[in-house]
Amino acid sequence: MPPTVGLPHFLILAALLLVLGLFAILTRKNAIAVLMGVELVLNSANINFVAFSRYGGINLSGQMASIFIIVIAAAEAAVALAIVLNIYRVFQSVNVAKVNTLRD
Amino acid sequence: MSAFDIFFYLFALITGVSAMMAVLVKNIVYAAFALLFTFLGVAGIYVLLNADFLAVTQIMVYVGGILVLMVFGVMLTNRVTDINIKAGASSRIPAALLVVVLGAVLGYVALTTKWTTHEDAPWNNTQQWSSNVHDRIEKAEHKTTNDKSKGSVGTSEELGKLMLTDHLLPFEVISVLLLVALVGAAMLARKHPQNDGSNLTTERS
Repeated sequence: MPPTVGLPHFLILAALLLVLGLFAILTRKNAIAVLMGVELVLNSANINFVAFSRYGGINLSGQMASIFIIVIAAAEAAVALAIVLNIYRVFQSVNVAKVNTLRD
Repeated sequence: MSAFDIFFYLFALITGVSAMMAVLVKNIVYAAFALLFTFLGVAGIYVLLNADFLAVTQIMVYVGGILVLMVFGVMLTNRVTDINIKAGASSRIPAALLVVVLGAVLGYVALTTKWTTHEDAPWNNTQQWSSNVHDRIEKAEHKTTNDKSKGSVGTSEELGKLMLTDHLLPFEVISVLLLVALVGAAMLARKHPQNDGSNLTTERS
């Protein structure tokens, strides 16, 4: 039987989301799927901050950091999707392997 | 197994399974909807961690803003007639290896570090929550008269106070950041009015 839920449980959940997001960034070939991975990584950092805010004695600073991270994630998602739309206009595809005209 | 434990495992299950589906499923529309459930699970985790304002903000901003934006992106760029090329399967093994090793290291650190935890839930003595300058001054001068020790108090008031006292600079900077991102995204995503010789097919805008 697992022990009472405490700080390590939340940290392990955040670590799981981190590695899943990292796997999505490394592996997926659709640019929007890569952005989904980035959002997963940001969510994992958020869970870490809020868990330490609750358990680690830093009062509400963790939740403040989380608010700022949510705002930054929103701004970054908007700009990244605008870039992806432009890539689609030029290359007619969002496959990250095809966006390689700066090479060779 | 208290109710807290049961709810934690429930939300962790929702989050974990949805995140795995968002990462592994081929159809990107299904991945976007799995991401929706991931965000909802994370909002539930925030509620368990006494972050009520943050949970609602998460739902409003992530689900109602970012996810909607991503579904827009998916719908505008999804070519249904594309044959799903089975490329990229060879790069999965090194990525999976790296990811498993990283996850193991993080899990080991999480489990074996002796965290100094403060186990008592702060909803009974919310005066402990606040650490902003104003309240510290009041505490030092023994002038605190608010008796918040009955029942649970939400975090919104305290977060608002902190935002405008201790965290004022990040607050202002992030307002400028949002303005820049707004203008930038709108400028990047507009239809370019002139035809500059590339093979963009632009109608008259």
